[in-house]
Amino acid sequence: MTDSKYFTTTKKGEIFELKAELNSDKKEKKKEAVKKVIASMTVGKDVSALFPDVVNCMQTDNLELKKLVYLYLMNYAKSQPDMAIMAVNTFVKDCEDPNPLIRALAVRTMGCIRVDKITEYLCEPLRKCLKDEDPYVRKTAAVCVAKLHDINAQLVEDQGFLDTLKDLISDSNPMVVANAVAALSEIAESHPNSNLLDLNPQSINKLLTALNECTEWGQIFILDCLANYTPRDDRESQSICERVTPRLSHANSAVVLSAVKVLMKFMEMLPKDLDYYGTLLKKLAPPLVTLLSAEPELQYVALRNINLIVQKRPEILKHEMKVFFVKYNDPIYVKLEKLDIMIRLASQANIAQVLAELKEYATEVDVDFVRKAVRAIGRCAIKVEQSAERCVSTLLDLIQTKVNYVVQEAIVVIKDIFRKYPNKYESVIATLCENLDSLDEPEARAAMIWIVGEYAERIDNADELLESFLEGFHDESTQVQLQLLTAIVKLFLKKPTETQELVQQVLSLATQDSDNPDLRDRGYIYWRLLSTDPVAAKEVVLAEKPLISEETDLIEPTLLEELICHIGTLASVYHKPPSAFVEGSRGVMHKRLPARTGSGEGTECPDVGNAAGGSAPEAAPSIIPSQGDLLGDLLNLDLAPPTTTGPTPSTSGMQMGGMDLLGGGLESLVGTLGGDIGGSPAMGAGFGAAPAVMPASLNAPVGGGLGDLFDLGGGVGMPMGAYIPPKTVWLPAMKAKGLEISGTFARRAGVIQMELVLTNKAMSVMTDFAIQFNRNSFGLAPAGPLQVLTPLGPNQTIEVSLPLSTVGPVMKMDPLNNLQVAVKNNIDVFYFSCQYPISMLFVEDGKMERQVFLATWKDIPNDNESQFQIQDCHLNSEAASNKLQGSNIFTIAKRTVEGQDMLYMSIKLSNGIWVLAELKVQAGNPNYTVIELPASEIAAQINASEFKQQTDLNINCSEETVN
Amino acid sequence: MIGGLFIYNHKGEVLISRVYRDDIGRNAVDAFRVNVIHARQQVRSPVTNIARTNFFHVKRSNIWLAAVTKQNVNAAMVFEFLYKMCDVMASYFGKISEENIKNNFVLIYELLDEILDFGYPQNSETGSLKTFITQQGIKGQTKEEQSQITSQVTGQIGWRREGIKYRRNELFLDVLESVNLLMSPQGQVLSAHVSGRVVMKSYLSGMPECKFGMNDKIIIDKAGKGGVTNEAGKSTSGKQSIAIDDCTFNQCVRLSKFDSERSISFIPPDGEYELMRYRTTKDIILPFRVIPLVREVGRTKLEVKVVIKSNFKPSLLAQKIEVRIPTPLNTSGVQVICMKGKAKYKASENAIVWKIKRMAGMKESQISAEIELLPTNDKKKWARPPISMNFEVPFAPSGLKVRYLKVFESKLNYSDHDVIKWVRYIGRSGIYETRC
Repeated sequence: MTDSKYFTTTKKGEIFELKAELNSDKKEKKKEAVKKVIASMTVGKDVSALFPDVVNCMQTDNLELKKLVYLYLMNYAKSQPDMAIMAVNTFVKDCEDPNPLIRALAVRTMGCIRVDKITEYLCEPLRKCLKDEDPYVRKTAAVCVAKLHDINAQLVEDQGFLDTLKDLISDSNPMVVANAVAALSEIAESHPNSNLLDLNPQSINKLLTALNECTEWGQIFILDCLANYTPRDDRESQSICERVTPRLSHANSAVVLSAVKVLMKFMEMLPKDLDYYGTLLKKLAPPLVTLLSAEPELQYVALRNINLIVQKRPEILKHEMKVFFVKYNDPIYVKLEKLDIMIRLASQANIAQVLAELKEYATEVDVDFVRKAVRAIGRCAIKVEQSAERCVSTLLDLIQTKVNYVVQEAIVVIKDIFRKYPNKYESVIATLCENLDSLDEPEARAAMIWIVGEYAERIDNADELLESFLEGFHDESTQVQLQLLTAIVKLFLKKPTETQELVQQVLSLATQDSDNPDLRDRGYIYWRLLSTDPVAAKEVVLAEKPLISEETDLIEPTLLEELICHIGTLASVYHKPPSAFVEGSRGVMHKRLPARTGSGEGTECPDVGNAAGGSAPEAAPSIIPSQGDLLGDLLNLDLAPPTTTGPTPSTSGMQMGGMDLLGGGLESLVGTLGGDIGGSPAMGAGFGAAPAVMPASLNAPVGGGLGDLFDLGGGVGMPMGAYIPPKTVWLPAMKAKGLEISGTFARRAGVIQMELVLTNKAMSVMTDFAIQFNRNSFGLAPAGPLQVLTPLGPNQTIEVSLPLSTVGPVMKMDPLNNLQVAVKNNIDVFYFSCQYPISMLFVEDGKMERQVFLATWKDIPNDNESQFQIQDCHLNSEAASNKLQGSNIFTIAKRTVEGQDMLYMSIKLSNGIWVLAELKVQAGNPNYTVIELPASEIAAQINASEFKQQTDLNINCSEETVN
Repeated sequence: MIGGLFIYNHKGEVLISRVYRDDIGRNAVDAFRVNVIHARQQVRSPVTNIARTNFFHVKRSNIWLAAVTKQNVNAAMVFEFLYKMCDVMASYFGKISEENIKNNFVLIYELLDEILDFGYPQNSETGSLKTFITQQGIKGQTKEEQSQITSQVTGQIGWRREGIKYRRNELFLDVLESVNLLMSPQGQVLSAHVSGRVVMKSYLSGMPECKFGMNDKIIIDKAGKGGVTNEAGKSTSGKQSIAIDDCTFNQCVRLSKFDSERSISFIPPDGEYELMRYRTTKDIILPFRVIPLVREVGRTKLEVKVVIKSNFKPSLLAQKIEVRIPTPLNTSGVQVICMKGKAKYKASENAIVWKIKRMAGMKESQISAEIELLPTNDKKKWARPPISMNFEVPFAPSGLKVRYLKVFESKLNYSDHDVIKWVRYIGRSGIYETRC
């Protein structure tokens, strides 16, 4: 007998027929009818009208029939809740059946019926089944708790099922353990802050034992759960790794990948000089390669994960290039992923082989694949300098094929090569120009135009070439229009005599005939720049471009870390955090790699507060990493392909700290500039100065700073007063379960204030805030409690001012102005450290008597003296003195010697220590010389540079008084 | 976890639909059909996100299996599960076809209920599933039988039931290898590897404990350290050992023991199963070498000459040899001359297929062909796909040798040497290509 006939019932009135059959006396006929119902249900017909008749068939000894009825129930119970109650009795009865298979079936099905009334009845049978003598029933009941939790979480908690579930982790049967772990993990995901999966060394040990015994699926549940654990130290981490490594030889790829996830995560904690660390690295390579002989779909998942692993730990697979060579018959999705990894693994050692392969691929059929292969050749050139020449000649060969998309792709990458090796391969420009007409894609056109503009002086007919593009200006895409505008301005600056007409034409096209604000704005900027100050224009437009970075397409380090914690899962396939594609509360929790605890290596994540308190770094990296860099845009670097935009590789802590740091720095710098302009309409001047500031801050993300630049009126009325550094993030939300704290210090009316901004980025309400300081160099302590009176709801922000006293316990910190803070709320206690500006401690009565000053000055030993210069400060001595007084740096005396103003100043710290200083100001010379003489040994430890920094900023702030 | 599982025929009609989670609605069934099955383009990824719902699919002949979820599931696990599902179905009713699925839809629903609970895969070993999912209903089972089923399904040895008896204890061991090669036209090996499988058919009584040994370098070295020194160990065994890059085992093998002692010990499932898979890249015996020579004579003619050389002991015979020489799309006619076997131009496959039934070791054979081309104005050059080859040889190209397979069954009175053992080596071509 075959069942396929059930699929072919399309007569009218069949519902009535079925109804009759369902109520038939004959068992066989009943069963036939139920099968027909299920078949109709499968193809999507609505057979809910038969509900009572089907449910009537439930009371049967025939297990097959029973299962079919249950299947029907699961589908339709929700639409017929009242009738579904009819089934409850049978379920409850089945849960008592002597046959464990039937007990399990009943509890399994009941959990799938999402009707409130039924769930009430489910509790008792479930409680019994959780303690059933048969493991098959227990393992089914364990999953049923998760089902019930999905329907009614409160009920599960009230009924104490969670505790029973926790007990099952110690069950003697490995499959029960595995299912309990799966259920608990799922429940814990929807309660991010609960301590449901109370993982401790004991329970971890139980899981590791069960790992050896349970089914392949159970091993996956357990490994995925283990990956959420953070070992206490490197030794525990190592012992878990040792017990997980055998899983790498499992036939099931998912087991292998989950084991890799655990190892990759726990490896973070192992000191790198440990022998075991090296052994582990070696053990990881073979199983990863083996994954590539699995079925193509799994290969795809594996390759996406290997892509992450290669970025995180390139050393693991660096010798395995060959296995990523593309096979002719690989599905296209496998081919593209392999190619991606090949580029990442390319190095000087294997470049010849890689290049030979890529050349081979560039002749294949699939357009996407060929494009990617061509692009890969370009990436190789940029990555391995020695190969650049060969890559360029390969690309030229490919251009000769005249295959349209190959040519276009090649031109796009050659442009990148020019950016990396300027003035080296320009000889190929002629060949490129020959293909001008065949370019129809915006990216390729834009690349070609950039090349023409950039090397306009070497291309005799550059003006003709660009003019030919100008004819259809309005039909081009924005990318091409912007590029054309810039290229023609470049051309004009290089060959002003012949191209005046052209530049006027493009400027008017861009400013008057275009609706695109970007294009218009850029047009205006160029126009004014050219009309106001052609020399400045030259400096801006033809400024030297930073080289593009060689590592491209890198995933941002914090995201990479998070994705490493999600190896094997969908997130690792999409290369997106779960929150990007999962709805609701699940997956909101951000996973992070554990910090290394062992010795042998400096901390990888420098303290955030630490970095934030410092000043801008001296040397800005010569790479433009930040995405959509507006500054770069101004400097005409926008053509940088998407591939050059990834941030430079660095550790996560650095990343965050660095951003804040530079964000802050930029703002103050640019703020100053705004003030400098002081409302004068000389926009050109402002621009002339801009490039001087920008290179130092190129690395900064585009923040509000740039807004200030254009906000010309903004800086005019800067109030006199103590310098207050901009707020910085002290405690990122990632580190503090959703609480973000940023802040700064200020001295207002003689009281030191810690100004905090608390932001709740978690889903739950935060209450009960309190704050405490560790002992510090100047005895800073809160003068009152933290005034957060109302609970802080999700996404709310509150600003609090905390007055500080200087009478707390004292302990010397390093650096001296370091402050360690603990903040408590209802969720947890969080720790961070920050640095306060020393100028907060300068007290109001710091003006020394002239006589005393003189005497003290002489008394201070020479050793205590330090001297430094403040650069570029256009301020006369009087203005400086006024400005500094706002920060409680008092001028005691002033004399003028040979056109040099000498200011003598005194400062008193809150702990009574005096600091004396001499400030030499030479009229017309923007450089100041400061000689600093702390009056005591202790104060001598105040680092000279720190003092400099404070003074520097103060003086900077007051600059507007000069202009 | 998996929210639902659908099976479609090639037209996109649903044959099976089972929803496990509330967040998956009926519209998901249609979304997949419209966006993937009916999509005009080639499938670009086995994982698709459609309207915040994720679809994982595999295809078996013209049947689509799709798992659906809205959560961040373990993607590798979902695919492993889909393959397993195919295996289970195949072992119940043979080939996965529309006909068979329709004929067995009640069984499939029953299986899906058992092996996937709330989207979590459960025991999916056919050996144990077949004891209680029978399509006969459970009738007349004694209490002992029931508890035996449940303990087996959940137990540590889920893959074998107790109380198996055979009159003759027999064991068949097949070492099946596929050798993969990519060679440049100049005869340089670009990449070569062997992926091998050890497949066993065991007909053993009771719960026997087995131990498997092979000439893996590390194992031999390890044994060597125990008693004789390394060098002496090699000379006494007289065999060459091979370096295995990596191996994976059936879940019956005790992995922790392998990790610590490199010994492969296990209680085997009954009947046929795959004990291990392995991969080697070093010292591979490449059974054939292909030497291509392609010459373009003018615009309308190609001359192709291909020599194949067999490279193994003269006493051995390779079988089912097939060489596939691709021809351009604009081929109008082909003349072939070959020394051995039969060669034919197959226009539908754009290739000359040259078949040789048998060929001994250390021999050489040659084919030459003249290909007439139609003149075209197609600018793009012919991509010249590689020449591929198929064959079967009676040895393991990796050099792997089975050293022993011991069987211990303490409760029943049969010993290792009562078991009749058969070992066979088969080397097949995987992707064996030479660029031309």
